[in-house]
Amino acid sequence: MKWNEIVQIVLFFGLGIALTPPVGRFMARVFKGEKTFLHPVLHPIEKIIYRLSGVDPDEEMTWLSYFWAVLLFATVGFAADMAIFMTQQWLPLNPQKLPNCSWHLAFMQAWSFTCNADWQSYTGETVMSYFSQIFAIMVHQFLSGASGLAVLVAVARALKRASIKTVGNFWTDLTRGLLYFVIPLSALWAIPLMWQGVPQTWKPYQTASLMEPYTTQVQKTDDKGNNVTTNIQLVVSSPKLGADGKPEMTNGVAVMVDVPQVDAKGVPIMTNMPVMVDAKVETQSIPVGPVASFESIKQLFTNGGGWYNVNSAHPFENPTPFTNFWEMLAIIVVPMAQVYMFGLLVGNKKHAWCLFNVMLALYALSFVVAWYCETRPNPVMAGAVPNMEGKEQRIGVMNSVLWATSCTAIDNGSVNSMHDSYQPLAGMMPLWNILIGEMLFGGIGCGMYCMLFHVLITVFIAGLMIGRTPEYLGKKLDAWCATWAVCGVLIPNAVALLPTAIALMLPATIGLSSLGNQGPHGFTEILYCFGEAANNNGSAFAGLNANTPFYNIAAGIVIWIGRFAPIISALAIVGRLASKKTVEPSAGTLPTHGWTFGLTLTGVIIIVAALTFFPALCLGPIVEHGLMTAARTF
Amino acid sequence: MIKLIVQSIRQTILWSLIAGVAYTLVMTGISQVLFRDQANGSLIVRDGKIIGSKWLAQQFTGTNYFWPRPSACTYGTGPSGIVASSGSNLGPTSGALQTNVMNNASAFISGNNLPTNTVVPADMVYASASGLDPHISPEAARLQIARVAAARGLSEDKVRELVEKFTESAQWGFLGQPRVNVLMLNVALDQLATPKPAETAPAPKAG
Repeated sequence: MKWNEIVQIVLFFGLGIALTPPVGRFMARVFKGEKTFLHPVLHPIEKIIYRLSGVDPDEEMTWLSYFWAVLLFATVGFAADMAIFMTQQWLPLNPQKLPNCSWHLAFMQAWSFTCNADWQSYTGETVMSYFSQIFAIMVHQFLSGASGLAVLVAVARALKRASIKTVGNFWTDLTRGLLYFVIPLSALWAIPLMWQGVPQTWKPYQTASLMEPYTTQVQKTDDKGNNVTTNIQLVVSSPKLGADGKPEMTNGVAVMVDVPQVDAKGVPIMTNMPVMVDAKVETQSIPVGPVASFESIKQLFTNGGGWYNVNSAHPFENPTPFTNFWEMLAIIVVPMAQVYMFGLLVGNKKHAWCLFNVMLALYALSFVVAWYCETRPNPVMAGAVPNMEGKEQRIGVMNSVLWATSCTAIDNGSVNSMHDSYQPLAGMMPLWNILIGEMLFGGIGCGMYCMLFHVLITVFIAGLMIGRTPEYLGKKLDAWCATWAVCGVLIPNAVALLPTAIALMLPATIGLSSLGNQGPHGFTEILYCFGEAANNNGSAFAGLNANTPFYNIAAGIVIWIGRFAPIISALAIVGRLASKKTVEPSAGTLPTHGWTFGLTLTGVIIIVAALTFFPALCLGPIVEHGLMTAARTF
Repeated sequence: MIKLIVQSIRQTILWSLIAGVAYTLVMTGISQVLFRDQANGSLIVRDGKIIGSKWLAQQFTGTNYFWPRPSACTYGTGPSGIVASSGSNLGPTSGALQTNVMNNASAFISGNNLPTNTVVPADMVYASASGLDPHISPEAARLQIARVAAARGLSEDKVRELVEKFTESAQWGFLGQPRVNVLMLNVALDQLATPKPAETAPAPKAG
């Protein structure tokens, strides 16, 4: 622990908290339709957008039609995305002449980006054309983030209403959010990134002549592109037998010899071996593109789908320690501010700060635990510390772990280090943040309404304990609300665990052949895969090769359920509450702020997640930690 | 329902134009005017030829160059062109990772003629996240000075001076970690005037 690491941590959390009230206040103004400093320029554009899309901005929607609008908007985006991915080789802006994506990759990626999950089972720089990156990916990073925010605004608005059956207009919330907030903030955030060295160009990839060209071996091909093979006798390495017929040993290891194989008749067994030829590698391709403008939206609105395969670990996405800090700050700014905005919109700032503190405490705790575990020596690696596998020199261990826990506590999913190479318990903390529902600030909108489910369950349980009708923000809760709150929590949990179990039970060629690591670590890879899909995160234990029909289709479906089950639950609850009368708080009302409520809520969050996931975590990271301590390898 | 679908389609098209076309064009314009070099990939040009990007590591195995961190993707290069950036993604109980760590450590020690009990800096035994990490730790650079100086017939002090020049401390005094950009250092090495390797041979041209 160095002094400058402490300074960075304090500055990071400090700036996030300091920016919360001003940003939250601005968001609340935008969504209430009040005038901001951007109105003179953007208000005319807002009106044009309504006219061109045939929207009456004052038309009110019921909770169900609001949900349909969210769902249909995402579905149209899905269809467009899938079409772009599957036809990109014929579309413009494809200077690398990249081929079309497979249908299952297109299916998975289209849901992934339109559901704000941004999980990627492809390698950006070698699979996606500029057209796909911009119109199928970046545009939907804007739209999915703004859709989530719109749902939260509708939720807050409905909670404030009384005896009204409607919750607002989706198109108005979407347009205002994008126009006054999401797009200007992304533009602003991109400029320091450009200054530090993130590329922003339309030119094709550049080619550099290597300073030290090298030679490698490739399989020889004939004129038609077929692999050339040669027919030789099969040779198998087997233990050398001594005069007594037992394997000869040196230092406890059997001596191996190459034995030419013959069949029963003594005829040599022949086999086809590839012919290898030297290939000279003299160039390095420098993949550029309009990355900076992509990077800021990816970080700010909890998307996390990177331009390059390794996301923000790539020096072009994240070239300096400052860009690392700036991108990390981008992860927390809006999710933190959304809690404050929620407080302003429902008219209860005390409640919002209470939720804020619960989220912050659990989030900071996950970071501290992960940081501690990651800096312990690993007996398997003979004391080579710190664990720099899958980490970048300019970023270092502390900033890698801080990012890993931030991007999972907050449903962002971008990475600046490879989570797969973390030590078991350090890698468990990002996984834990994902599994508890991504609501330690969480995704844009979705983090807050997922927290709302836990708040309602807490209010319900506390109400049962003190024997009073549970109330939330002046509304009496009934069985409908409790049922939907439980659905909002349990459905994502179910679609995290069930597909994991299915992947393990399927024939090994479908489920297990994708693994990048064996032993309990392999189990963690699959659990992480479906955990993040169910909670729309997008980070990965990337050793798992998920670009297979099974994983693409399964993850695509899980992402879809994980996105829309909480949305319909949240809207169903508040649709019911909006139509109820508001009751004045009485002496029997349980306050939804203060220590008692905060601690009860924390308890509910931990108990729900631990009851659901503790057995799975035991099979993965916890048992792996024990094996690592005993220096066991796989 | 039909109305919602039509509105969805119209909104998707409108936002593709605003957030896709207009936003990207404006941002590219700003970057190309204000930060032209960075916008095009911070390319390093020597004798009119692009020889790399400041931010992307290249493979160096020769004794006359500083070596970068191990890469799980051969530094983005391969016989058939670009290879996607990638870490090894090997876990903490992976036998393959254990082997890599041992091999990297012993290769670094024997390649640099270091005492066998040298503690090799972690950044040189573990592969980077991107496979393109342009930096190594100052300690890893220091341990290579003697080898590079000997291979180039330069004095160790001269090479040490250069390494110190290319050592960046934490950005603005506190952000990130100290580091040395290997490619930039190697380019600068080539620019140092090479002394005569032998009396009889004609002096080779610098560069």
